[in-house]
Amino acid sequence: MYKYDNYDQQMVDTRVEEFRDQVRRRLAGEITEDQFKPLRLMNGLYLQLHAYMLRVAVPYGTLSGAQMKMLGDIADKYDRGYGHFTTRQNIQYNWIKLEDAPDILADLATVEMHAIQTSGNCIRNISSDHFAGAAADEIADPRPYAELLRQWSSFHPEFCFLPRKFKFCVIASDTDRAAMRLHDIGIQIVKNDAGEIGCAFYVGGGMGRTPMVAPLINPFVPLDELITYSEACLRVYNRYGRRDNKYKARIKILVHELGKDEYTHQVEEEFAHLKTQGIEPPLAELERIIPFFADPAFETGLPTELERSDPDFALWVDRNTVAHKAPGYVAAVISLKPVGGIPGDASADQIRLMAELATRFSFDECRVTHTQNIVLPHVKLADLKALWDILDANGLSSPNLDTIEDIIACPGLDYCSLANARSIPVAQKISERFAANGKTGELGQLKLKISGCINACGHHHAGHIGILGVDRKGVENYQLLLGGSEAEDCSLGKITGPGFDEDGIVDAVEKATDVYLAQRQDGERFLDTYRRIGMDPFKEALYD
Amino acid sequence: MTELIRFRDDEASESPAVTVDAFGEQTNAGAVRIEPGDDARELLPHLSHINRVEVNFPTFGDGRGYSAVRILREAGYEGEIRAVGEVLIDQLSHMRRCGFDAFQPDKPLNDADAEAAFARWDNVYQKTTDGRVPIWAKRHG
Repeated sequence: MYKYDNYDQQMVDTRVEEFRDQVRRRLAGEITEDQFKPLRLMNGLYLQLHAYMLRVAVPYGTLSGAQMKMLGDIADKYDRGYGHFTTRQNIQYNWIKLEDAPDILADLATVEMHAIQTSGNCIRNISSDHFAGAAADEIADPRPYAELLRQWSSFHPEFCFLPRKFKFCVIASDTDRAAMRLHDIGIQIVKNDAGEIGCAFYVGGGMGRTPMVAPLINPFVPLDELITYSEACLRVYNRYGRRDNKYKARIKILVHELGKDEYTHQVEEEFAHLKTQGIEPPLAELERIIPFFADPAFETGLPTELERSDPDFALWVDRNTVAHKAPGYVAAVISLKPVGGIPGDASADQIRLMAELATRFSFDECRVTHTQNIVLPHVKLADLKALWDILDANGLSSPNLDTIEDIIACPGLDYCSLANARSIPVAQKISERFAANGKTGELGQLKLKISGCINACGHHHAGHIGILGVDRKGVENYQLLLGGSEAEDCSLGKITGPGFDEDGIVDAVEKATDVYLAQRQDGERFLDTYRRIGMDPFKEALYD
Repeated sequence: MTELIRFRDDEASESPAVTVDAFGEQTNAGAVRIEPGDDARELLPHLSHINRVEVNFPTFGDGRGYSAVRILREAGYEGEIRAVGEVLIDQLSHMRRCGFDAFQPDKPLNDADAEAAFARWDNVYQKTTDGRVPIWAKRHG
């Protein structure tokens, strides 16, 4: 894992002091709420329906045991004893007092954490593959490149008042586990024919009310031009992105309106200019960062067989563990989707327990996934049963990774001031329905994603089944979408037709899955069947 | 409260600033004012006889001026570049980093707060034209 040096620590500490001063000036009435808003937002502090919400950055989703423990302690000390892991691989606390916020940031800084740029119209926390360093299909670990970008984008003086928020994602395999092409800039680390490593730039993806899959604008940016190229992409956006309408202000609209070719042309011109400015860190800086992400000391000669006599354990192994590049190890996913629970929520005790398990079983490391679960990336097969026993005793052994119960849901109208409808109760009812009817296993991989408004924080466009909550004449109404995917086969879901009420949407989801079960061919996932047979059979089942 | 904060030793020019459009027809004007929608690059052929550029921030949230000032500095412009409009304490250090060397906010700032803001950051992660050595360069001295 990356370790701060004195410079990194000083930057974070300085930010805490600065924010303490900003809060002081706000509480003293020296600055207005309008003037304070962008400042608190740049420190991850939102004003929600009931209280302030603080969003803490988890760069590229990676946490040490000590960092995870701190997240649990903060939940106890400053919140109501729980936290909410988000689709941005971050954690949010929903019941924060403004006057506590500087102390929380100071506590975070003691474990090399912060809330810098977790909101506001700036470059946000950089996301990545939650199996980075464990997956067998990577060109390289993507996180050093994400860390280089993290430092460059932190307090970038030119890009703190962009037209709109800006999200980077970095992956390093053809399999996309991080929704890379649904980011403002998605970078895939690639190897060219000469065997050199470089960066493929996909620019202008995103969800929200106008979802778009990012087009490839440059298939190979050399590593020693990564920062300069990123700066060129951002400068063109900062200058020409729309500022007249916040719903048209994301870079996806600029790329779409200019056309990919014209946007790329402008970036290339700016890039040629910026190359004369010497803004790129030397490769030595990347070489300094890379060893922090070196493989832990994997043991060799480990057994690769597992004792599977406990059926509950065996089911969890089949559903929630993923092949690892090192023989005798797996990546284990702790589902934060218990049946009837709130997706992504964990209690302070559970967070601290997961911290201990990361230390004991996974080389002191865990990850937050964009699907709101926690990964222990490097677990010995020989330790798996002991790990599961502890998870099972603490309500953390739901065997439902990538199933219809593994629902992504935004906080929705229960918390969020932007929402039109509640997301959490719908997620709870769906997981209860499928746990009760026993179809979860038979349905196999089925990614269901729920957003409580058109801003799409719950990734509904990218769900095999998506649900969008809307307000229809003051009543919550839910639209159903089919056929989305956030993965390498990226696609955007289509709305089936008229929406449903809260119970109706649960029935509609079950009807859609019944169409799949009736029509699927060998080995097809729900998504594959939908793509083969199209929308009509689903519409017939839903509306006739 | 100071109405003009300036990091220059030369005499402040107070000749009226013309718009970028007007400057196109009247290139003997000494001072130009860039609005958010203007292309700072239109001024590049004329930089040698501009003694002051003002960059206007009608609202602090419109960040186009940060790119405008960097473009002028990257082109080698050494005259005064003054941030005007809604210039607030918490934007000062970013503005300074991008190349502003004069600040004339619509609403004068508290001197102590402004001084603290300019002095806040001992180190920086990025290289700009302000001459500060970024952290990556210090690491690899």
